[in-house]
Amino acid sequence: MSDYRISHIAALEAEAIFIFREVAATCQRPVLLFSGGKDSIVMLHLAQKAFAPAPIPFPVMHVDTGQNFAEVIEYRDRRVAETGVQLLVASVQDAIDRGMVTEPPDGTRNRIQTPVLLEAAEKYQFDALFGGARRDEEKARAKERVFSFRDDFGQWDPKNQRPELWNLYNGRVHPGEQIRVFPLSNWTELDVWRYIGAEDIPLPDVYFASEREVVDRGGMLYAVNEFIRPREGEEVFSEKIRYRTVGDATLTAGVRSDATTIDEIIDEVAATRITERGATRGDDKTSEAAMEDRKREGYF
Amino acid sequence: MTDTLTSREDTHELLRFATAGSVDDGKSTLIGRLLFDSKALFDDQWDAVEAVSAGRGDEYTDLALLTDGLRSEREQGITIDVAYRYFSTPERKFIIADTPGHIQYTRNMVTGASTADLALILVDARKGLVEQSRRHAFLCSLLRVPHMVLCVNKMDLVDYDEAVFKKIENEFKAFATKLEVPDLTVIPISALKGDNVVNRSENMPWFQGPSLLHHLEKVHIASDRNLVDVRFPVQHVIRPHSNDNHDFRGYAGQVASGVMKPGDEVMVLPSGFTSRIASIETADGPLEEAFPPLSVTVRLEDELDVSRGDMLCRPGNQARVSQDIEAMVCWMDESRPLKLRGKYAIKHTTADVRAIVKDVQYQLDVNTLHRDEAATELKLNEIGRVTLRTTKPLLCDDYRRNRATGGFIIIDESDNRTVGAGIIV
Repeated sequence: MSDYRISHIAALEAEAIFIFREVAATCQRPVLLFSGGKDSIVMLHLAQKAFAPAPIPFPVMHVDTGQNFAEVIEYRDRRVAETGVQLLVASVQDAIDRGMVTEPPDGTRNRIQTPVLLEAAEKYQFDALFGGARRDEEKARAKERVFSFRDDFGQWDPKNQRPELWNLYNGRVHPGEQIRVFPLSNWTELDVWRYIGAEDIPLPDVYFASEREVVDRGGMLYAVNEFIRPREGEEVFSEKIRYRTVGDATLTAGVRSDATTIDEIIDEVAATRITERGATRGDDKTSEAAMEDRKREGYF
Repeated sequence: MTDTLTSREDTHELLRFATAGSVDDGKSTLIGRLLFDSKALFDDQWDAVEAVSAGRGDEYTDLALLTDGLRSEREQGITIDVAYRYFSTPERKFIIADTPGHIQYTRNMVTGASTADLALILVDARKGLVEQSRRHAFLCSLLRVPHMVLCVNKMDLVDYDEAVFKKIENEFKAFATKLEVPDLTVIPISALKGDNVVNRSENMPWFQGPSLLHHLEKVHIASDRNLVDVRFPVQHVIRPHSNDNHDFRGYAGQVASGVMKPGDEVMVLPSGFTSRIASIETADGPLEEAFPPLSVTVRLEDELDVSRGDMLCRPGNQARVSQDIEAMVCWMDESRPLKLRGKYAIKHTTADVRAIVKDVQYQLDVNTLHRDEAATELKLNEIGRVTLRTTKPLLCDDYRRNRATGGFIIIDESDNRTVGAGIIV
């Protein structure tokens, strides 16, 4: 340590903490989007570290599709209780019941999360929303700023982004506009796992491999549960799987795995040949520009 | 003392580099090649690119499709915005800022270069240096990117001819002597064929230097940081107001430069009050020293009035405190030029101030380095020297000495857009 070098993981942590503090110091009403997925778990951990020994100076919000892995919701509530942070839930089911959004015929609720998110942001007058998105996830995300401006319709305009120089982030907005803030922009999937391992951060059980009853849909393995029922002609079989991402339970597939510890997951992730979203997310398979289109509408 | 922050098992060093070149120089192809040959590319990404390429009837798989992610980029076959890419080797982790070459997007190049340890400039061996190459080299030197690599690309299309390479190398070196380029390496490559990208090329036995990736892995960057001048811009004041931490008052921030230790005497700017560092706190426990780029919380021995935008430094080595700022400004806004007497918001370190343009001294032609002293405004992508008067003093250093305390951004207060970048001279 005499040569004042630090590992890239430590450098990424320092950058993320700087970003959290910058938002807390300059924005009026920030909120952290928290789903109980591993990226948002890392975000909550970083937020705690950024303000310690003071509590996290903003609430967390879950845009809840109502189609969750039970372990993830238990985990969410446990972490919220431990940190003492305020939890807000923006319910997609509630929005469907009110007629604010209409559930698509296929039952997937990914796309209708966007109006629910925007409505909650307006209701609570949030001007900065922290998200756990990373640039390595997807091509459109690779082009997004750390402080990403959204107009008063919540829309992202990729051709009209604010230049972002040095660490001088411009978080200024007019009322009704927002900044989406992505402290993990420069992290890769492997960095997230290594950080979870180094910091010994607990995770929901779905991230570790176990025997589950699954069906194979287009090469993706979906665990049979209350949201995924075998369709006619589908074979249900037992397979040892874990989840690389945890999103809406109707859309998230598992991967074959023997990894039951963080170190084993890191080894698997380091050796994998398929991207995280490509392996596990039905929502990204639609088209080459699926993510860009959703982000333009105001998606995370 | 805990050292978890600095001794994680994974000790890869981080190198950020920006790529620049003009249209069709093959930047995206080069990045695709680096990702592909270093196995940072995933099978599904490769399959998608192969399918699109085959669908368009390309003769070979177009690696540029890996980085051009926006719909309009794919339609026009160009790169519009800075794209960030990540890969690692057993030696280092790399963050690439892939910046577009068209003149109207030069602001994105400046953006990518502002945080880069190294700039990678591409030229087409068939065309030699063009206006854009000189512009990019100038911008990288203006932004004090410590290391520069010129890649003479498409060597396969000039029969790997050493004479072609030498001519471009000599021409570029002659131009670079007029700039401040501390470290320059020139490498002949073919991004398409892979020559000298990851492995040394057998097609150019006359070239004795390293492959591009080897250079990226080995170039010495640890000395690039300023570890001499203690500068700690206060970002946020942490006061828990809890029973356990009733008296805790800490100044959170990222060390901009220098090395801070408990017991060190510090001066708070702009007030000029002095105290000593009581402790340097992190969530993992106190540190014995803090240095860039660590984010820490500093506690002082005395109760002083310190707030966001203030700066800690050493009494014998202080930042400049000044309301009259001389700066080179790169203008980034297409709708309105920078105007004499114009009023703007400035963000500099953690401070927000307002400023008026007192003088536009000259506009610089980045190709000839000619100064147009008749200029009274700066339009999109123009660079010039201006004098600003700020409402509150900036706590700053020359950018040449300190990238973290010498750079600022200019914001148009009517629409909050970032319209310019400034470098204090």
